[in-house]
Amino acid sequence: MGIQVQDVEHVAKLARLKLNDEEREMFTGQLNAILQYAEKLNELDTENVEPTTHVLPLSNVMREDQVHESLSQEQVFRNAPDEEDGQFKVPAVLE
Amino acid sequence: MTLLDLRLQELHNQLSKKELSVTDLVGEAFARIKEHDERVGAYLTLNEEGAHAEAARLDNKLGSDEAKGLLFGLPAGIKDNMVTEGLRTTCASQFLSNYNPIYDATVVTKLKQAETVTIGKLNMDEFAMGGSNENSSFHPVRNPWDLTRVPGGSSGGSAAAVAAGEAYFTLGSDTGGSIRQPASYCGVVGLKPTYGLVSRYGLVAFASSLDQIGPITKNVEDAAYVLQAIAGHDAKDSTSANVDIPDYVSALSGEISGLKIAVPKEYLDGIDPQVKAAVLEALRVLEGLGAEWEEVSLPHTEYAVAAYYLLASSEASSNLSRFDGVRYGVRAEQGGNLLDLYLDSRSQGFGPEVKRRIMLGTYALSSGYYDAYYLKAQKVRTLIKQDFDRTFEKYDVIIGPTAPTTAFQLGSQVDDPLTMYLNDILTIPMSLAGVPAMSVPCGFADGLPVGLQIIGKAFDESTILRVAHAYEAHTDHHKHRPSL
Repeated sequence: MGIQVQDVEHVAKLARLKLNDEEREMFTGQLNAILQYAEKLNELDTENVEPTTHVLPLSNVMREDQVHESLSQEQVFRNAPDEEDGQFKVPAVLE
Repeated sequence: MTLLDLRLQELHNQLSKKELSVTDLVGEAFARIKEHDERVGAYLTLNEEGAHAEAARLDNKLGSDEAKGLLFGLPAGIKDNMVTEGLRTTCASQFLSNYNPIYDATVVTKLKQAETVTIGKLNMDEFAMGGSNENSSFHPVRNPWDLTRVPGGSSGGSAAAVAAGEAYFTLGSDTGGSIRQPASYCGVVGLKPTYGLVSRYGLVAFASSLDQIGPITKNVEDAAYVLQAIAGHDAKDSTSANVDIPDYVSALSGEISGLKIAVPKEYLDGIDPQVKAAVLEALRVLEGLGAEWEEVSLPHTEYAVAAYYLLASSEASSNLSRFDGVRYGVRAEQGGNLLDLYLDSRSQGFGPEVKRRIMLGTYALSSGYYDAYYLKAQKVRTLIKQDFDRTFEKYDVIIGPTAPTTAFQLGSQVDDPLTMYLNDILTIPMSLAGVPAMSVPCGFADGLPVGLQIIGKAFDESTILRVAHAYEAHTDHHKHRPSL
């Protein structure tokens, strides 16, 4: 089930990555090698095996719904690449 | 012998008697960093001014009741994926090269409560993805034992700093072996605690079901002190385990008579003969102390690497989706629309290893492939965990090598990610099972350190520390230092 350059392009689009020609070529080869190796898992019959998403027996973690002080606006924008009038500034979403 | 060679307990005693000041300790660390770090490359950001100011504040408390904590005044290096308020945190990524956190990770808060001093932030593989520290987007770290070789990764800076005497102790993080493997390559002690024992709040997430913070130190006793300080439940981390924290230091009794050790045959197959010889010699030492060992089989070991890379990459693709150039991090210069902003910022901000894993994870989670890759890997994770559960029904610890070889040459595997991934075959299974494991120095092969891995039951760090300490007390491998 080898993947092609167009599959890599599609995955890059889903992952919000822009690849140049050299990267497309390189990642196609490398991802193929890794996925081919991953085929090894098919040697195992896992039909009646429950998946482990997490090693701890996690259940919902609940707390009282209490009001806490939030971050200040100054703190929130301290690392913002661009801000204006108390908002994160980005290019227009609607033309 | 410098101050940096002393055990934390010895430093504590000297501080208590005012034979030393915190300023002395901080000064010694920075002197050593200035002498060697241009070649080693362990640090990304130094906190020299802040550390000296903190040292002066703490020196005023010396001799008082406030200075009685075991880590009081001891300087530490922090891996650069743990956020530190007001101190740049980059994850070794261009994406975060300007990121100045507004809060501290819980482990950093705990170290501050213990009144340690932060020396600086340590180099790593970008977003903790890598096994050689060559994926740092700033500069690689070099192995202090041989500057042409890698220190291991992703906590390569944390391990190299301790080995090079540039830190008294450090924190690293381990997702598939990123504390233990660099500890092995650099000849120091590295402990990955049970998943959930140490809070991940403020650790920049790579693979959330696997990531765990732990200490890297010169010896086992120091590791116990540091673990004591950072372990414990944290309401800010929903995956933090609410368990009682034992006294890890008092567990170092030296007594291991009657201890039952399992040695998986899969861990000794195909490894470097000198590494195998060092591990077998270590088992003889433990036998001499009254422990018994038997060969066992952990039959799903060979499937761990494939399962791990699918799972870790899937979680990474999700966790790294938050890096969009809008709220923090570096935004690419561009003149397009919002989608262009995302695409350009992410494409310029992430390095090749990070892009590779994001794409692998996105592929494994995508419609039509989820069952074949992601779900299958989750089921194999169950089988791997069952291997450990079965073994721990009969044995107290599992022992084997930490890595199949010693440190390899810089650049020798960088174009071959699959080969690089296979270096982690002996550390990944424990991460998938969530059990604690540590690496302690157990000898040398052609002048390069070899690590012995000691693996325990979930939340039984006391036993692996006890075994490691007993071993260390009867060997001197941990006392060797590289000549830089």
